[in-house]
Amino acid sequence: MKKKGFSKPLLYTVLIIYAVITFIPFIWAISSSFKPLPEIVSGELSLIPKDFTIDNYTELFKQEPLFFRWMLNSLVVTGSMVILNLIFNSMAGYALARIKFSGQKVWFFLILAVLMIPGQVTMIPSYLILKAFGWLNTYQGLIVPGMVNATFIFMMRQFFINFPKELEEAAQMDGLSRIGTFFRIVLPLAKPALAAQAVFTFMAGWNDFMRPLIVMSDKEMFTLTLGLNAFKGQYISFWNYIMAASTLMTIPSLLIYAFFNRFFIKGVTFTGGK
Amino acid sequence: MSKGHPSNQPLEKNNVNPNYGKRKPIGKALKETMTGYFFMGPAIFVIGIFILIPIFYAIFLSFNKVELLGGTSYQFTGLDNFLRMEVDSRALISLKNTAEYVAIVVPIQTFLALILAAVLNSDIKGKNLFRIIFFLPTVTSSAVLTLIFMWMYNPDGLINHVLAFVNLPTYNWLADPAIALKSIMIMNIWATAPFFMIIYLAAMQDISDSIYEAATIDGANWWQKFFKITIPMLKPVTFFVVVMSVIGTFQLFDQSYIFSGGSGGPNNSTLTIVLLIYQYAFKLLDMGYASALAVVLAIIILVVTIIQRKFFAEEKLHD
Repeated sequence: MKKKGFSKPLLYTVLIIYAVITFIPFIWAISSSFKPLPEIVSGELSLIPKDFTIDNYTELFKQEPLFFRWMLNSLVVTGSMVILNLIFNSMAGYALARIKFSGQKVWFFLILAVLMIPGQVTMIPSYLILKAFGWLNTYQGLIVPGMVNATFIFMMRQFFINFPKELEEAAQMDGLSRIGTFFRIVLPLAKPALAAQAVFTFMAGWNDFMRPLIVMSDKEMFTLTLGLNAFKGQYISFWNYIMAASTLMTIPSLLIYAFFNRFFIKGVTFTGGK
Repeated sequence: MSKGHPSNQPLEKNNVNPNYGKRKPIGKALKETMTGYFFMGPAIFVIGIFILIPIFYAIFLSFNKVELLGGTSYQFTGLDNFLRMEVDSRALISLKNTAEYVAIVVPIQTFLALILAAVLNSDIKGKNLFRIIFFLPTVTSSAVLTLIFMWMYNPDGLINHVLAFVNLPTYNWLADPAIALKSIMIMNIWATAPFFMIIYLAAMQDISDSIYEAATIDGANWWQKFFKITIPMLKPVTFFVVVMSVIGTFQLFDQSYIFSGGSGGPNNSTLTIVLLIYQYAFKLLDMGYASALAVVLAIIILVVTIIQRKFFAEEKLHD
């Protein structure tokens, strides 16, 4: 309503052109993943494969026996990170919002300060610390440093500050401990905030490139992003395989996005300082 | 009442503490503190060991020459690592590349995000569908996006075919040193603009309709409303978006790494500051110098962030 007077066909044209620009790379990648190599290198521009084949996907696992292992690694690391982040960030956010403990202000300030530290500055020392722990090339080397996130602690604090106190008071009257109240009453009611956090943590873990690159040097321990990069180096002109691998890697993200996209928007607008 | 110091003992006379009599204040405060630290424990552990200690460790490393053979040994070298940057031609190249990248990508990306948000914010159908489509690149991994674009950028790939088809010049997107960084710019503008579009869109939806209605009554057209109402009202958001983009673009790494196979080539044209830090730290194992570079980068980014916080912290932090 508010901006009437601007021609609608023009608005739609802009939106549709940009939607096509957004879509083309994805469509082109998926389409290439179903074409045999000769069709790929022939330079034909057909979006629909002429000689449709799923061989690229089956060959992928034969050519690169570690591909399945990389998927598993990504799944283990990302899955653990999501679960631990949900629990630990919520606990910390709850403490900062609700529990009056000495040192609370200092920790709140530190968590806000941590939000401003670029990852590159802690990257080298973290590597040396992980090395000293003997955690290079292990799952915990990726999971433990990533199992807490200052942004989401802050988000959960804001959520719990607006949470009705009466529920907790009633639970405590019924004899539930503080910890019991948190896990049995408060957390189940925090689902929307937890869902936003879960999708973002999943994406961050699944798509992360730099941390695995530093922690994992053993090919068996690569995550999918690293594996994809290594695979590209090895099969540089086999774009049919590379696109099949890229498609496989993107499917989980797209599924989660398709089901939870409203939480994405919520999360983005939160980080956008709303 | 939370501070149950021993000096608060003689409370009987003026009973300030409403809980007094139920439990001893010290006991209660101690219990609260213990509960607090139980809840904060994992966060304190991770943030302490993997962020706070590393910050000081990084500063320490930046003043040392670090040897990684066998154990880790340090030799204090004062400001040497920082002075070395001046004569390190690759450091200067990486700084130039990063600055060029920031200077080109940030304005285009912000402008594109603003335009898309403005168009989406008008009275059109299928708003949600467009929003979902535009957001797709944001959820895809940088590794996958880079591979897809490398495939399209191939000398015989989709983009050159399309350019040739409409009689435009074609380029060697991947291997020409004059072009390679621009190829990454195009890809990242495409990938990141929609993220900022969502932020703009949310802010636009918060602008009250009555302002626009009043302007309409006064006879303002779309453009006048856009420049006289929307843009000024969005000033804080624009500032936020620009700062976020600057921070993000300064940290460019994944795409250059994958694009160049970790080298920053062709001919150092895609070498960014973070890629250089990575190379010094993990390829040349010169962790002291790499840490000094990281500290300098952090200072640049912190200055930008602090400016932003100054403008936004007040309303955001105090609920």
